[in-house]
Amino acid sequence: MPKFMLLMSYSKIEGVEPITSWAPGDIKAHIDFQQALGQELTDRGELVDGQGLAGPDLAKVVVFKGEGAPVVTDGPFPETKEFLAGYWTVDVESQERALEIAAQASAAPGPNGVPIGQPIEVREVMSAPSVEQ
Amino acid sequence: MTTGVEDLLREHAPQVLGVVARRYGDFAAAEDAVQEALLAAALHWPLDGVPDNPRGWLVRAAVRRMTDQFRSEQARRRREDVAASLEPPPGEVVDRDDTLVLLFLCCHPALTPASAIALTLRAVAGLTTAEIATAFLVPETTMAQRISRAKQRVKASGVPFAMPVGDERAPRLRSVLRVLYLLFNEGYTSSSGHELHRGELSGEAIRLARAVHAVLPDDGEVAGLLALMLLTDARRPARTAADGSLVPLAEQDRTLWDHGLIVEGVALVTSAVSRGMVGEYQLQAAIAAVHDDAAKAEDTDWPEILGLYGLLERMTGNPMVTLNRAVAVAVVHGPEAGLVLLDAVADRLDGHYRLDAVRAHLCEMAGDVEAAVEHYRVAAGRTTSTPERNYLVTQAARLGTP
Repeated sequence: MPKFMLLMSYSKIEGVEPITSWAPGDIKAHIDFQQALGQELTDRGELVDGQGLAGPDLAKVVVFKGEGAPVVTDGPFPETKEFLAGYWTVDVESQERALEIAAQASAAPGPNGVPIGQPIEVREVMSAPSVEQ
Repeated sequence: MTTGVEDLLREHAPQVLGVVARRYGDFAAAEDAVQEALLAAALHWPLDGVPDNPRGWLVRAAVRRMTDQFRSEQARRRREDVAASLEPPPGEVVDRDDTLVLLFLCCHPALTPASAIALTLRAVAGLTTAEIATAFLVPETTMAQRISRAKQRVKASGVPFAMPVGDERAPRLRSVLRVLYLLFNEGYTSSSGHELHRGELSGEAIRLARAVHAVLPDDGEVAGLLALMLLTDARRPARTAADGSLVPLAEQDRTLWDHGLIVEGVALVTSAVSRGMVGEYQLQAAIAAVHDDAAKAEDTDWPEILGLYGLLERMTGNPMVTLNRAVAVAVVHGPEAGLVLLDAVADRLDGHYRLDAVRAHLCEMAGDVEAAVEHYRVAAGRTTSTPERNYLVTQAARLGTP
């Protein structure tokens, strides 16, 4: 079965306030949704791994510069318009199924239960060469 | 049945390893052999029944494996010497408790805490590599490698399989207690990820601390650490709501606390403190005991807690302790006094989310809602725990929405 990585970035979306400004009930609904999605993927035997990442305040970028110490830059990076917030790796029957999961994830509820429409990037994981017929 | 066998195996694991390691003086090889013997027993006992002398069975099985292993290496070893030393042992097994000797070895300061914890869980607690890997959410091959490298380090350090003596003993015991404390915390608040509790790890830490306390009943810090674990673990049932969200101490349903654990923990810390030479774990346990003693949050004896944090701060100089003292100061002397103390320690905690989380809480107490929201937001952006982030985000939202 092919594996896919579903990458969720946080980016400013037109008309959606940051989560700390939502009503507490809407935050709870959003958290419940994410937990239910993870549980569903586990129950269906599709989830390989799923993790949320700590915020961009804690991010660092490291660059090797030849001799001497590597250059480490502390986040947040104001020039970056979006940052990786989390990912799921799923092992599924088909690309269609991966896209279906991504669509579900993108529909996570925001203020007043309206789906946020966060873009989810779907990338296939490299695998063994196909069997020659 | 299976669980019964499993408990029995884990109870015998450190003793068997102790016997084999002592006999052959090779901890790393003995540990492998015992692990194989335990796996063989886990396979056979449920089918064939538990042997009359389970420990003797395990020792013999492990020794057979040691023998096989040494024999296969004989080609490049001094054949007669090795063979002579590998006669099967006489039937009786010396009944002594090697748990502590093993702990001293596995929690050796030459190891990183992560390696020490992994090795301790395998060699002393008798967990399989697969079980440890699952608990730490890493692949089994990764954990196997971590344990194997830890064993090589222990071997390279040349520490004998024996009780440390003289000046060495106190610092080595401290490092054992530190590893058990980290293991407990790993289980109680998973340092990252979704699971707030990985209770089995806390349970292991308590089991091991009990074993150490049984061997060293008069050591105040051992008793203090065990008491701290029990008094903290007692709150576990109230610490999360049904939906998995975090419930702060002040809002917990205290009828859910495990009062049996509290009674045991209070008795332990009371008797330890009365013996004098009060240490860090005893003070932390004493603070936990004051919290656990209050049937309602508002009954908490905060002046007592404030005093204990003052002692702990002087003893450790740890800025995290000062942070906790600031909360106690805020309750006893008002939030402004707490905020002054926070300012004094801010430099040393720069960037840590707990500083912002406490500041947010004290700002809220002081009625400065705007600042509270801002600090809750900053704290939420800096924590690496999902349940904690959810809690902090919700606090900001609660205050921010009219």
